[in-house]
Amino acid sequence: MSRAKKKSEFATPYTFKNAITKGNIFTKLSALVMGLGNMANKQIVKGLLFLAIEVGYIIFMATKGLYYIKMFPSLGWKKQGEVWNEKLQVYEYSAGDNSVLLLLYGVVTIAITVLFIYFWLENLKSAYMTQCMKEENAHIPNFREEVYDLFDKNLHRTLMFLPFTGILIFTILPLLFMIAMAFTNYSVVGEHLVLFDWVGLKNFKTVLGIGGKLGKTFWPVLGWTLIWAFFATFLNFFLGMILAIVINRKETKGKAFWRFCFVLSIAVPQFVSLLIMRTMLQPEGAINNLLVNAGIINKALPFWTNATWARVSVILINCWIGIPYTMLQITGVLQNVPVELYEAAKIDGANPVQIYFKITLPYIMFIMGPYVITQFTGNINNFNVIFLLSAGQPTPVGRTAGKTDLLVTWLYNLTVKYQYYNLGAVIGILTFIVLSIVALVTYRNTASYKDEEGFQ
Amino acid sequence: MNKGKGRKIVNNVIVHVILAILAIIWLFPIFWVIMTSFRKERGAYTSYFFPKQLTFDNYIKLFTDTGMINFPRMFLNTLIISIFSCLVSTIFVLSTSYCMSRLRFKLRKPFMNLAMILGLFPAFMSMVAVYFILKAFGLTEGNMLRVALVLIYSAGSGTGFYIAKGFFDTVPKSLTEAAILDGCTQFQVFYKIICPLSQPIIVYTVLTSFLAPWLDFVFVKVIVGAKDEYWTVSLGLYNMLEREFIYKWYTPWAAAAVLVSIPISILFIIMQRYYVDGLSGAVKG
Repeated sequence: MSRAKKKSEFATPYTFKNAITKGNIFTKLSALVMGLGNMANKQIVKGLLFLAIEVGYIIFMATKGLYYIKMFPSLGWKKQGEVWNEKLQVYEYSAGDNSVLLLLYGVVTIAITVLFIYFWLENLKSAYMTQCMKEENAHIPNFREEVYDLFDKNLHRTLMFLPFTGILIFTILPLLFMIAMAFTNYSVVGEHLVLFDWVGLKNFKTVLGIGGKLGKTFWPVLGWTLIWAFFATFLNFFLGMILAIVINRKETKGKAFWRFCFVLSIAVPQFVSLLIMRTMLQPEGAINNLLVNAGIINKALPFWTNATWARVSVILINCWIGIPYTMLQITGVLQNVPVELYEAAKIDGANPVQIYFKITLPYIMFIMGPYVITQFTGNINNFNVIFLLSAGQPTPVGRTAGKTDLLVTWLYNLTVKYQYYNLGAVIGILTFIVLSIVALVTYRNTASYKDEEGFQ
Repeated sequence: MNKGKGRKIVNNVIVHVILAILAIIWLFPIFWVIMTSFRKERGAYTSYFFPKQLTFDNYIKLFTDTGMINFPRMFLNTLIISIFSCLVSTIFVLSTSYCMSRLRFKLRKPFMNLAMILGLFPAFMSMVAVYFILKAFGLTEGNMLRVALVLIYSAGSGTGFYIAKGFFDTVPKSLTEAAILDGCTQFQVFYKIICPLSQPIIVYTVLTSFLAPWLDFVFVKVIVGAKDEYWTVSLGLYNMLEREFIYKWYTPWAAAAVLVSIPISILFIIMQRYYVDGLSGAVKG
């Protein structure tokens, strides 16, 4: 029902199918020479822009693209050669294939092709639209009017263009590249760092295999990652909310002072406070010193050397860092709750508890719902806290992951430290699968996704 | 009546005592690092808590002993990078948030889903690929490294629109509809109505994006690595605690931590006031 409604909301008669079947000769020829339909109907500049895209794409494909597409299935085979040159009495190196670059450029070429197809479809639709307008004797917008529309009706195109380009180049492309990498044997094993090949699903079997060495590492790391994310997120959220509400109470004196105390700890760069915490909790660090000197304990507490201690420590320190953030956010939300709601509730005779559960909490959840989910996913991927505090320690002998390693820090170890790029990519994909199961279900159920205009 | 009042006072006292204890826990590490920064005795760990002798030498060392670790340069690097990336990401985030909140177009829901899906991949996962892409653009050598870092912190920021979108959603629709009836274009609505009303969320966005380069260190570590000319504060501070530096540089490290924190704290607290004040002053529906 809602899907059908959505479709009709943006449906136009100017579709690809209509353009091909009902278009006139110029519209149909636009499929070959992009922009022709627009130019035939006096939209010269727009037509030329389409044409420029086509020419650019053809030049790119002819000079480079086709080669990359050709090399994509094999990822190259030519080894870097060493040939003795008699005349010059030196070894000459012949350039070999570099699988990493071939893989990357292959992915780029495919992405460019997909973009080109998008513009090609747009070109046909646009050509058909101008044709229809001409037939109906409607006013065909000239270039200046179209530019004006870019700041009004089509503002989203203007505003989204640069952000989306950034996302495309620096987020989507690299991701596709890394996903592709998971299906290759790009790793230090068997010297596949320059030349490598497609190996299908073999890497996934290695990582997920319960009997194998990596499988024995993977499942415990996954378990700890989920436990960590759960506690790190919900402890932060609820304790932060309680703190915000307590400070925001009418009776609490010196609200600004209390907020200042807590805000000060986040004003210190997280990076610095994490390093401070790490050094303070060392066996010879400040906390142990203080406790030993006070006679509370005899020997240093094993904050980073005992697995359970280390795990509890990272969760608690994460609270120390995260609670002020949540407090700040929720303070803002609390002050923005429409006053009328409270007044109406009071007139209806609601007590503070009812007001909290019926108004304050739903309002907080409405605004903060997506925030909690991003926090949860953020915590699953929380590299900084783990890496800077415990660096995954303690690590059992012969394992690539320590007891406090999350999937991300393990991924870092596998790629940067051990150069198992393919396994790293597999871990990344598995992390993604775990997260998407969690997030898709929860996010789609938040009030602010389902009912965006709920409080408008 | 009197009894109820008495209980209220007891409750209030308990609340304030708990707040005080919490505040001490939160402020203790900061207090400790300030103390360490003034400690005269060298070395990483001492068997006592309060330093025996206090000195300013650690601060002086940071600015004079620039042979091995050049703190002023690290600071300047980070400042330049964060100003530029802050500008770019603020514009990106506000633009996408406005589109997601106020405009209705075909690719809106798909984009929101895409942004969510992208957020689920570990950011570090694509680091190797990003490195190759930057290399292809020629941005991994010399001064271009700074451009590369700006791009890393800001280029993908468009996906982080949730908070700002949530805020824009609370601005009453009647307001923007009235403006459009009065002949405003959508763009004018954006910068004449939504932006001025959204000062707090703009400040919030500025703040978070400005802080990113100060907080991140893994991206700098991978992109810049050992080229200490381009170290940012976070990488530099991390390296000061490496085994070869820690004995000599531990107390200067604390001093550096203090020096980095002071400007950021001030900025943060000013912005924080904007954030809270602005929210309470926003238009109510």
